[in-house]
Amino acid sequence: MIVARFVPLAAAAVLALLVGACSAPTSGPAASDPGSMVLADGYEPDDVNPLMGYGEEGASKIYDGLTALDAQREPQPALAASAPVAAPDGLSWTVPLRPGVTFHDGTAFDATDVVATYKAVLDPTKAATVASGFSMVRDVVAVDAGTVRFDLTRPFLLFPGRLTLPIAPSEAVAIPGPASDMPLGTKPVGTGPYRMVEWRQGSSMVLEANPSYFGGAPAVRRITVVFATDDNTRAQRVAAGEFDGTVLPPALAKGIAGQAQDMVLREHASADYRTITMPFGNPVTADPAIRQALNRAVNRQGMIDALLAGQGRPASTPIPEVLPEEVEPAAQFPFDPAQANAILDAAGWTRGADGIRARGALPARFTLMYNPADTVRRDLAQAFASDARAIGVDVRLEGLGWDAIDPRLGTDAVVLGGGNPFDTAFKSWQLLSSVNAADGYNNPGSYRNAAVDQALDAAIAAPDRATRAAELRRFQQAYAADPGMVFLTFLGHSYLTRDRFDGYQPVVEPHTHGTTWGPWWNVERWTPRT
Amino acid sequence: MGSVVERRALDAADVTTVQPARRRGREIGILVAWRLGVAVPVVAVVATGVFLLAAWSPFDPIYQYFGAGVFSAGDAAVANAREQLGLNDSVWTQLGRWVGGLLSGDLGQSLSFRQPVGTVIAQRLPWTLLLVTLGLVVSVVLSLVAGVTAAWRQGGWVDRAVTAVGHTLEGLPPFVLALGAIAVFAVAWPLLPVAGLTDAGAAPTLGQVARHVVLPAVVLGISQMPWLVLHVRSSLLGALDEDHVTGARARGLPERVVVLRHALPTALLPFVTVLGNRLPEVVTGAVLVETVFSWPGIAAAVVTAALSVDFPLLAALTLLTTTAVLLGALLADVAVLVLDPRVTADG
Repeated sequence: MIVARFVPLAAAAVLALLVGACSAPTSGPAASDPGSMVLADGYEPDDVNPLMGYGEEGASKIYDGLTALDAQREPQPALAASAPVAAPDGLSWTVPLRPGVTFHDGTAFDATDVVATYKAVLDPTKAATVASGFSMVRDVVAVDAGTVRFDLTRPFLLFPGRLTLPIAPSEAVAIPGPASDMPLGTKPVGTGPYRMVEWRQGSSMVLEANPSYFGGAPAVRRITVVFATDDNTRAQRVAAGEFDGTVLPPALAKGIAGQAQDMVLREHASADYRTITMPFGNPVTADPAIRQALNRAVNRQGMIDALLAGQGRPASTPIPEVLPEEVEPAAQFPFDPAQANAILDAAGWTRGADGIRARGALPARFTLMYNPADTVRRDLAQAFASDARAIGVDVRLEGLGWDAIDPRLGTDAVVLGGGNPFDTAFKSWQLLSSVNAADGYNNPGSYRNAAVDQALDAAIAAPDRATRAAELRRFQQAYAADPGMVFLTFLGHSYLTRDRFDGYQPVVEPHTHGTTWGPWWNVERWTPRT
Repeated sequence: MGSVVERRALDAADVTTVQPARRRGREIGILVAWRLGVAVPVVAVVATGVFLLAAWSPFDPIYQYFGAGVFSAGDAAVANAREQLGLNDSVWTQLGRWVGGLLSGDLGQSLSFRQPVGTVIAQRLPWTLLLVTLGLVVSVVLSLVAGVTAAWRQGGWVDRAVTAVGHTLEGLPPFVLALGAIAVFAVAWPLLPVAGLTDAGAAPTLGQVARHVVLPAVVLGISQMPWLVLHVRSSLLGALDEDHVTGARARGLPERVVVLRHALPTALLPFVTVLGNRLPEVVTGAVLVETVFSWPGIAAAVVTAALSVDFPLLAALTLLTTTAVLLGALLADVAVLVLDPRVTADG
């Protein structure tokens, strides 16, 4: 009896579901409001807490730093009223603060917020993940309500470029315990051009223009960022007109740009390197001849053409050629397998019957680890192994998670990525200076070169730009004479954007990209075309 | 769990003397008390087991904490974060800390969602309940309709089709079904949205959610259907052979009445037990379906929590799942006790 009544009811329910499904046609929200924008990102942040690395390089939309980088990568005052001023000894910087700024929650911004944010970064109990980037800061003090002073442990010429760290309200960072427990991580309060209206984790984030933004209310009033991690799915949805823009792997972006209407392909150069570490704890990779030979055996342009759809630049050092004032042209390695072979022959690495070289009882063989979740790293690792094989060096590949890679960094090579165009000296110092040897992923191969150390220290502490550039060139020459890694390429970042806004400005990007960097780095100054 | 409830052969005593409702009530009460008594240690053992498994897994929560920042962080910073997060403590200390918090009503802080565990569950559980409920409804309705039709005309083309499709689906993992549905309904024949709770950036209104829930719920329902439909079919076939059905036919009742009113009710009782016992599979199915369809439910959070060794969230979710499964089995058994006077509970 129950059943007899139940069947028609359930049939009606199923029917209702199907009818409901068909009645509303799919309509992209993109077309509805000219002042709103829907972007798709392939990467969702774990949180939006500045102490945990959100917006560390600026362009966060929700927060402002004391400074912000412009299209020429120069720090411009943001929450600072004017450019930070260094003391004559370079050991302290004074920053006047912009008056009359309020946070999204209506509270006023002043020196206590700046001091609280930076103190929280330096506070070990907070375990802020960005702390290592502020190792030069000894203390920060509020001179008065409108001025702060940073005391440094050593002179740091580009310190204003480090002040892009987003500033949070003092009460938000005062919560005891690790920074990951702060409500700021999911409910951000900043001074930036946009405030977060909603964040549905795993699906989307909605940002709304801050009408009282000190730089003027943005004309793009609403930005929805949809998180779609699968590259192919995202590409299909962009092609279907669902989004106003997205980030895509270069080859995919090129393909979609041809078929999607009014979408513009934006290709940005970057300082985002991919490199093969040469650990000094391994007798093969520690040999200078092997490192010299491998640097000449890899076909960098070939990898870029075959694996990156031509979107990338060859890398020989951490300094990209898109920074002409810093790059040393003489420190670039040519693709020259013949010379690579000659170097190995001269160093006593002789070919065996199987084509693999050996010196005495030591075969020219090492393991290269890569994280297989990243297809670009996997492809580069394979290409590297095949180029190495051609000169008689046997590279064994192992795809591993970072947990498994970490303990073996000292003896096995790994494909690493990183870099930013804002302070190449500091990044190179982290990666190659002997003081950072085997310190986490900083200088994982324990590369030691006195000339490199000296040049990098001098570049960071340089009194002016010209000295800094000269020291950077000296660093690259010293490095090229004894390369500690095999840099392969600087990746190009590809984006598609809908052609209905004005205000786009190209930039050279850091490793971090997606919808915070990318074409939308200055979206608060864009205007919808009418 | 189903073994506790036994179905006896129909004997004269049951038919002639109706059991007093009071005795039935006491029987159910004992069953519930017994099951709940067993549930407490079971839940405790499962939670501890998951905690230990997570501790021995090769994943390191510090990568979750640092994210991409780990590549520029120094050893000192990483070691300090370990210390501050209490990751250096032994697994028993961490377990003790978690149990202590649980007893005082604090589920802890989720490392992967950067929110209190309670908030994560409160935000996501309703969406999973909606999906699972709809999935079960789809599954039950489809299997009843298809199973009854198949058994009614045993050997007919419907029966052959249902049996073949049932056995095929049995071997198909839910994610294959989900990807297939996306390929058909989103790419080849764009009829339904395939990802998320709503269209990009739209508010979760009734219309939005109703449209987005269709594919995941139908996929979840269909993935659970084969066991149910084959079960309905075979037990209805068995019931159609029983004496009382032959008797009803002999009395000249119409075939519709014979099948739906005389055979089906007896065939459905074991179906309720099967449904209860399928609950763990529904939960597993929900994990896959939610992941594929980017459904912001709690099941997808299980994957995130496990991969990032998010102890507090993982343990809370395990408690929740275990409780749900035990409760499902208990409800199914109670339902059978209520519906079928021939069944006794031995526990």
